Amino acid sequence: MYPAAFHYARAASVQHAVALLREHGDEARLLAGGASLIPLMKLRLAAPTVLVDIGRLGELDGLAWRDGTLTIGALTRHADVADDPAVAEALPLLHDVARGIGDTQVRNMGTVGGALAEADPAGDWGPALLALEGSVRVVGPEGERRIAAADLFLDAYTTALAPDEVLLDAAFPVPGPRAGSAHLKFEVRAGDFAVANCAVAVTLDDADRCATIGIGLGGVGLRPERVTAAEALLRGQMPTPALVAAAAQAVMGCTESFDDVRGSAAYRQQLGGVLFERALALALRRARGERVEAMHA
Amino acid sequence: MPDAPGAPSAPPGQPLPERPARVEVTMTVNGRAYTRVVEPRLLLVDFLRNELGLTGTHVGCDTTNCGACTVHLDGRSVKSCTLFAVQADGRAVRTVEGLSDLTPPAHLTPPAPLPYQGRGEPARAATGAPPSLAGREPGGMGPAFSPPSLVGRGAGGVGLHPLQQAFHEAHALQCGYCTPGMLMSALYLLERQPRPSRDEIKRAIAGNLCRCTGYEFIIEAIELAAARLAGEAP
Repeated sequence: MYPAAFHYARAASVQHAVALLREHGDEARLLAGGASLIPLMKLRLAAPTVLVDIGRLGELDGLAWRDGTLTIGALTRHADVADDPAVAEALPLLHDVARGIGDTQVRNMGTVGGALAEADPAGDWGPALLALEGSVRVVGPEGERRIAAADLFLDAYTTALAPDEVLLDAAFPVPGPRAGSAHLKFEVRAGDFAVANCAVAVTLDDADRCATIGIGLGGVGLRPERVTAAEALLRGQMPTPALVAAAAQAVMGCTESFDDVRGSAAYRQQLGGVLFERALALALRRARGERVEAMHA
Repeated sequence: MPDAPGAPSAPPGQPLPERPARVEVTMTVNGRAYTRVVEPRLLLVDFLRNELGLTGTHVGCDTTNCGACTVHLDGRSVKSCTLFAVQADGRAVRTVEGLSDLTPPAHLTPPAPLPYQGRGEPARAATGAPPSLAGREPGGMGPAFSPPSLVGRGAGGVGLHPLQQAFHEAHALQCGYCTPGMLMSALYLLERQPRPSRDEIKRAIAGNLCRCTGYEFIIEAIELAAARLAGEAP
């Protein structure tokens, strides 16, 4: 189906975009890459009256490493993250996420900020932001504010952003030495949304115990979940098979789930636990210095 | 780039007019600039096909899955069914029609076209020799596959791009519907990775569906083109 007609406005600056959103309220939507919004408009699940095109705001595009933090501009394409060797080196789970999204053409148009702001329950960036304890910077009529990952995702397709706020960038703390991270997902068909996905970030101490651990789970509940119960089991401990199995049980039980064409609620929960175990194993290998590419199932 | 459309045409506080304003879009397609005034909701693929008459880019699924509509936008492969034409305003688009414009390396330069003599292969008509696949020169089928209507539409080239030639020789198409998108995805790959592995080729065309299930031959064709472009295969 063709998208419903809309008024087109090209934002000349972030402030201009905020002003347009403020003026048109709920009738307006931001257009970044369009990888998610345009399919929704073609299904008429979205029919904004005004489309505010922020796709040319160069200041929102690109990666910056500063003060131990990787900042990814909202308009950065998934492909630009996937192809950046420094990301693969320092934050391999972000490399896994970006490389596993959609297909080449989708990764060339879809943006990191768009994916976070859309908050699809099966999205990949949410669990990554949670596992790495990242945050997003947003701006609205009252100015800028920062939203921690834990406070960002309220429900399916619903974030803490106000309708007249624009997501500017996502910030990920860069871990120190002996850190490893990974993101794995399972999709029924190539390029489909994942049934479930899991992000794990771990740091080892001198005795190979888990000094820090972050776990983000996607696709199982209606929003990405940080699995604090599993983190608590592993923090400060040796990741023995028995302890990892107990943590996987905690992942499986961390959220209610739902049935749909991709799988039943019980299947999703089970799959989340399995993906957690595999992602943790991969993160631990990377923390010990192995260079290994994630294989999304 | 023309003046950017700044805001919907209504004074602040006034209701918007019912019919959205059309917008002027200028883009370079295969090296030639085009300007049209279009509805903002016009998709890039329909801009190319209906406004410019460049029907080489196909609409397959219209849902971002099949990749038949793949074109390059400022050098990056994208699905033109999932992009508004206005997003390409001021940018450079390359479509399958532009492939024959891309100058291949000297050793792959197609021979000068024979005069088109209607149905049948000119060479065969001249010599009376039976058709043979063996020893066929790259580009040898050029004239028969370059309908005159392409000339002057931003294509203009005669003969096939090495990728097109390899697809032809390796039987990488049956119905051909997916082929324009496959070619543009393959081109994007080879521009970034001149000697890809089979796995890299598979990943590169993961966003392109072939319903004739010709993937093996498509992969072989891309390998063949890569080898030729690297000067490692005749």
